[in-house]
Amino acid sequence: MPHRTFFAFMLPSLSAMLIFIALPILSSAFQSLHIEHPRVLIETETCDPFAGCTTETRVDAEATRKLEEAQPAGKFNGLGTYFNSAHLAVADVAEIWRTAPNVWQALSKITDLPFYRALLFTLAYTFVVTPLSLWLGLLIALAVNMVPQRLRGAITYFTLLPMLVPTFLGALVLFWMIDARGLIGAALIALSGNPDLSLKASRTLTWVVLFVHGAWNSAPFVFIVFYAAIQTVPRDTLESAIIDGASRWQQQRFVVFPHLRPIAIFLTLVLIMDNFRVFESIVAFSATAQASSLSVLVFKDLMNGTTRLYGSAAATSMLTILCIALLMMPSMVRSWQTFKGKA
Amino acid sequence: MSAATIFILVWLVGAAFPFVWTVWGSFKIQADFFSYGGWRDALLGPRTLQLTGSSFTLENYRGLWFEEAFWRPAANTLILTGSVTLISLAFGTLGGYALARSTHRYAFWVLIAALIFRAMPGLTLISGYLLPFFQFNLWGHLTTAAIVLVALNQPFTLWLLHSFFLTVPRELDESALVDGCTRFQAFRLAIMPVMWPGVVTTGIFSFLVGYSDFVICAMLLSESNQTMVPTTAAFLGSEQHAGKLMFAVAATVSMIVPLFILIIFFQRRIVDGLTAGAVKG
Repeated sequence: MPHRTFFAFMLPSLSAMLIFIALPILSSAFQSLHIEHPRVLIETETCDPFAGCTTETRVDAEATRKLEEAQPAGKFNGLGTYFNSAHLAVADVAEIWRTAPNVWQALSKITDLPFYRALLFTLAYTFVVTPLSLWLGLLIALAVNMVPQRLRGAITYFTLLPMLVPTFLGALVLFWMIDARGLIGAALIALSGNPDLSLKASRTLTWVVLFVHGAWNSAPFVFIVFYAAIQTVPRDTLESAIIDGASRWQQQRFVVFPHLRPIAIFLTLVLIMDNFRVFESIVAFSATAQASSLSVLVFKDLMNGTTRLYGSAAATSMLTILCIALLMMPSMVRSWQTFKGKA
Repeated sequence: MSAATIFILVWLVGAAFPFVWTVWGSFKIQADFFSYGGWRDALLGPRTLQLTGSSFTLENYRGLWFEEAFWRPAANTLILTGSVTLISLAFGTLGGYALARSTHRYAFWVLIAALIFRAMPGLTLISGYLLPFFQFNLWGHLTTAAIVLVALNQPFTLWLLHSFFLTVPRELDESALVDGCTRFQAFRLAIMPVMWPGVVTTGIFSFLVGYSDFVICAMLLSESNQTMVPTTAAFLGSEQHAGKLMFAVAATVSMIVPLFILIIFFQRRIVDGLTAGAVKG
């Protein structure tokens, strides 16, 4: 296909991606170097014949508006926003490091700072939910492969539901059950014998519930992909393994798993991307007090009452993108090697 | 019973029961569905019976659709979802076709770039949109949200359609070109007619993106243009909506039940789409 034709066909799609994905990243990068203008203050003196003269300071709305119009991005701040206490908090970290009696206390204090708290949860979520959903999906696929053919359609239907339901609503449905007045919540209270056990009170419970929701939500996708891949396992190899006396476990271990390996790498890559943006379930579970993620931080900045903190949101966004790039590097390199190997 | 069967049964209960429970509970009043008295209240609805004379009540749905005018966000969702699906498919089929037919190296790099774009969380991009959107007066409109959703979903759409186009033999467009068609005519007249399974599959996923979206709509739409998911979220916490929890339950059920019916019809296509990108390459 000639270059001209190729780019003519790609034009709508490519320009949509450049304008709404590539450009915003650049504009965020620019925005992150600026902060909101301070309010312009003026002092006015009001004199009263009885009370004497008083000066009062008030916001000059007109001047503030003019300043904002002249420089809509705000005042240039360099890397200031990145290092302030809402982000990398360099000063606070140094202070904690200096005063804390030991490394563990220092770490536990550092992970109480807003950015590190969010980073910790996001990473924990990514590294717990990714393997959890891979294994859950794989087990469902292996199990479905053993039940009679005619039941598989119905099983697939019900399995798909947690994934296809809008994430926010799926999380709400679980949240209502896990509520202290809900089915699972009441059962947990009865089992644990602790009448105060609730999502609001327990950080551990909140994290576990969010992880479970994550696996519940993405296992169906893993199942579908693995199940399709299992159907393409070469029959000959499997049969010769059976003839050679391989047990059921050995068949899986030495024939099926190696066949699924490249697909598992692909799935890991996709799951890491999706899990790293964890956000909707945290909002649906009203769990922002117990669990915060990088996306939650951006959301909070942008929803910050009347003045949206664009600079702060942009800095968090850039740090998020940096983290994703670091996380994806190994899987990308491995996919690249497989691709090279095939070519 | 084998271990596999037991495992499947446990999983199916975990996957489907929460929805059954919520659908059932949406016909109860709040004091029954969220009851300290235990699960029997939600099951039998004693207070619902006391208050309304029947253990099932349509009160939550009546309040939601009429008093809260939920038909408005429903209509917005319909418009948004329809536009997202149509624009996604128009852009995606053109691009996917070019990617599947080009033999040049840059086609591969476009796909890799799309994969990297796919990794960008929506929220990190939104902080880049908001200011320009306010400045150019684009904020709040359904069109804006639709275009943004199309763009964010383009990487996935491209990958999916690209892998579907690869399954259509090249001889088909080559013979059309020999017969004197231009590339676009070959694409429209020879290839698209045999591509409809791929188009339907991709269409379903674009539909789901528009239907399910929470954060883009919540951030980019004005209140009068708001869609169903953010409206549901608004029933939950805020002071203004205190005591409207059951509206959120009814709204959730109103959204997921039509979806469950759709999935019955499109299950094969959905499974196809999920495996197309991964297994075929």
